Amino acid sequence: MKSYKTMQKQFALVVSSVVSSLFLVAGAAFAQAPAPDQSTPDGLIKTVVSDVMASVKSDPEIQKGNIPRIVDLVEKKIVPYTDMRRTTEMAMGPNWKKASPEQQTQLVAEFKGLLIRTYSGALSQLRDQTVQFKALRAAPDDKEVVVKTVVLGRGDPVPLDYRLEKTAAGWRVYDMNIMGVWLVEAYRNQFANQISQNGIDGLVKFLQERNKQLAAAKPAN
Amino acid sequence: MKCWAAGLKRACLIGFSAVLLGCASIPAGVEPSPNDPWEPFNRSVFEFNEGLDAYLLKPVVAGYRFVLPEFVRDGIYNFFSNYNDIYTALNNLLQGKPAYAFNDLMRVVVNTTMGLGGLIDLATPGGLEKHKEDWGQTFGVWGAPSGPYVVLPFFGPSSVRDTFGTIADLETDYLFKYIPDVGVRNSITGLRVVNARNTYYEAGDLLDGAAIDKYSFMRDAYIQRREYQINEGREDEEPLMPPYQNGYE
Repeated sequence: MKSYKTMQKQFALVVSSVVSSLFLVAGAAFAQAPAPDQSTPDGLIKTVVSDVMASVKSDPEIQKGNIPRIVDLVEKKIVPYTDMRRTTEMAMGPNWKKASPEQQTQLVAEFKGLLIRTYSGALSQLRDQTVQFKALRAAPDDKEVVVKTVVLGRGDPVPLDYRLEKTAAGWRVYDMNIMGVWLVEAYRNQFANQISQNGIDGLVKFLQERNKQLAAAKPAN
Repeated sequence: MKCWAAGLKRACLIGFSAVLLGCASIPAGVEPSPNDPWEPFNRSVFEFNEGLDAYLLKPVVAGYRFVLPEFVRDGIYNFFSNYNDIYTALNNLLQGKPAYAFNDLMRVVVNTTMGLGGLIDLATPGGLEKHKEDWGQTFGVWGAPSGPYVVLPFFGPSSVRDTFGTIADLETDYLFKYIPDVGVRNSITGLRVVNARNTYYEAGDLLDGAAIDKYSFMRDAYIQRREYQINEGREDEEPLMPPYQNGYE
């Protein structure tokens, strides 16, 4: 009888410790990846950048250049804080209005795919780099700001700036400046040329084919 | 050695003039860019440079990466980077940025002494920021307009102003111009070219994947980047935000 009671007690103890450790684990997991502070543009960039850098540095698979793994990281940790529709719209310029809603959806998806594929290779190169944030120059009621950073590591420092817009859901990145070149600006003429040669469908087809090629290519390292 | 170099030079010149004779035309439907009135000429030089890169420079750099361990390549990179800091300091001074010039000079002092003649970059982790200034930027700061876009054989994307800048860079360059022994001079120049191409070995592949039309991608990126570099570090520096026009606003 006595032993039964102790067993019962022990059982309760085990259950409660299991339950509480579950909570602890869940709590720790939650604490490890806090939802980025989206109320200020520089706060958002800071949390996302440090989170991504920590993930890359702690994942040997990513450092080996495992592309699906990198794409997964980008999809989870970067894409939610971007506005790819706006990016595509800006790169299309006046041609955006001429595209049908289906074409617009396709363009956004394919352009996003192209950017993720081409820039994911750069993520796998992250090792001992640090990111320096420059003071934000913006008025509190600004709807658009540029957050300026510099990536320091081996070789020359790389200026990397982010252009953000304020949306109902929080700040979203829609353009990036790498070493002085705005991404959207760099694609505007290329898009326009492709469209005047082959039409909007031609551009969609071109992007689809390029993405297929890039997906089939072996990782560079 | 001299004979071989002269032969190579001649072969390059012949190949280059052949390219120019067969002037590439603008692909149909490509809208002429106001910055690039000499596009047909530029495109043919671009093709020449691409060929040179694919068949000569890139394979050489691949060999360089295979033969030399990373720390040696890093040392070579640091050495030339330290050497270039002298010219960056000079150009920052000419651009009226004495604080930057002093910073660059301190970098050279630190790296040349404690960094073993420039093989190790101790200045950057020590908080002395690296800058890069050339004569083209200095002319730009002085108010010279860039002029039309030009693709130079061997050197790649440039502009009328930056062509003069490149000439001034070379004319004032000690290692390129003033080392008495021709063999040593040529070897150092060769190593510098390989080192420079090596720094964007991976980036080059990335560009090939990202570009829809590599020629206009490089052109538009170059023009933007030079503008950015010239405005960089000015007291009244404002974030550059290109005004985008779209279908709605």
